[in-house]
Amino acid sequence: MTSDTFSMLNQFRNANLVKAGISEIHRITTRHWAIMEICGGQTHAILRYGLDELLPENIELVHGPGCPVCVTPLELIDKALAIAAQPNVIFTTFGDMMRVPGSSRDLFSLKAEGAQVRIVYSPLDAIKIAVENPDKQVVFFAIGFETTAPVNAMSVLQAKNLGLKNFSILVSQVCVPPAMHAILGAPQNRVQGFLAAGHVCSVMGYWEYPPIAEKYNIPIVVTGFEPLDLVEGILFTIRQLETGKHVVENAYSRVVSENGNLPAQEMIRLVFEPCDRSWRGIGEIPMSGLGLRKEFNNYNAESRFEIGNIQTKESDICIAGQILQGIKKPPECPAFGTICNQDHPLGATMVSSEGACAAYLRYGRARKGISENQYAS
Amino acid sequence: MCLAVPGKIIEIYDSGGMRMCKIDFGGVIREACLQALPDAKVGEFTIIHAGFALNTLSEEEAQETLEALRELGEIENELDAGAVL
Ligand code: SF4
Repeated sequence: MTSDTFSMLNQFRNANLVKAGISEIHRITTRHWAIMEICGGQTHAILRYGLDELLPENIELVHGPGCPVCVTPLELIDKALAIAAQPNVIFTTFGDMMRVPGSSRDLFSLKAEGAQVRIVYSPLDAIKIAVENPDKQVVFFAIGFETTAPVNAMSVLQAKNLGLKNFSILVSQVCVPPAMHAILGAPQNRVQGFLAAGHVCSVMGYWEYPPIAEKYNIPIVVTGFEPLDLVEGILFTIRQLETGKHVVENAYSRVVSENGNLPAQEMIRLVFEPCDRSWRGIGEIPMSGLGLRKEFNNYNAESRFEIGNIQTKESDICIAGQILQGIKKPPECPAFGTICNQDHPLGATMVSSEGACAAYLRYGRARKGISENQYAS
Repeated sequence: MCLAVPGKIIEIYDSGGMRMCKIDFGGVIREACLQALPDAKVGEFTIIHAGFALNTLSEEEAQETLEALRELGEIENELDAGAVL
């Protein structure tokens, strides 16, 4: 690697190259296509750089469920709140979880009331906190897709290594391929092509995708996060759609290989096993999650803390579930930007830096495609 | 959360039995766990996610992608030129 690598990587934001890719998309597009970007990070990048507004009118980007904060079930958030409220606990979490509404409150307000809730950048930071506070129980809220699974697994392995008795994780680990099956198998599905989430694939590779492409006749293109990556992913997908192909392609080859990162996959397998998971707003998807293996039950916060019966209560207005499945767009929600905003979020999709509602509000897409009347109603 | 960013490995060491490294994100230095990249070396670029290195970055693949897109740009220009003539 040369010291010029940083500037070479900056080329992935080069406006002229983005323009060339966009013109090529315009040139080859002959009809309407609906393409889903699975990852919420990509949704944000698309809106931030205004790529949606540069594409031909008949290319529709449908936003997918790849926002870990958004799909963490309400019941687990209520459990997190119940654990964090206990006197001897230091509850650690990624910052995005702080404002996600539980049934009656969020972690942020709990912290304001004096609970020990700390934001960490990595579960490995939570391990350090556990080492420094042997008289406290340290819990990490282990949410995420296959991208966070290796580091969450690593934290458990490290806790075991260090003989820590005061560390546990509250697991809400979900997997992308079962969600793709669920979306494509739904009767109301509109998705005709997928941009597969690049960083999930950097861990898992893309060997799991050809059977999906085959079964549903759908192109799947592994896509990165820079503007040029996204344009390339969209271009490859449309090229396939326009020529009647449905294969798996890799438009993020500088990071992703077909087999992914094998040592990381091994860590995941060592600590976790597949299980059914419910996705907030979507419902249960069979074998779509990872749970701690029995051997690691000591590190399972759900077994360590006795949590009484949890009665969950979702907002009556929030349509985040339909947004996460690509059935509706944020401005179609009556609360969007009015009673639901970043200061007073009603649903997790308004909180997260990967949530579609937050992206639409932040990048001013409030009225796109929605008539004045509908917006006001 | 998935918007992991690339940085350059500038130092590799052991900490509490874990393979760790220092990463330079264009001037900002942070620590990350390198346990899943046993072959990664100082000077290589890696994608970091929640303090954990997921993969090394291939400079050749990056160049190839850029080349392909540059060619697309040139074809565009030729088409434009053709349209003017
Ligand atoms: S705008 Fe708010 S209430 Fe409406 S779907 Fe999004 S998060 Fe839910």
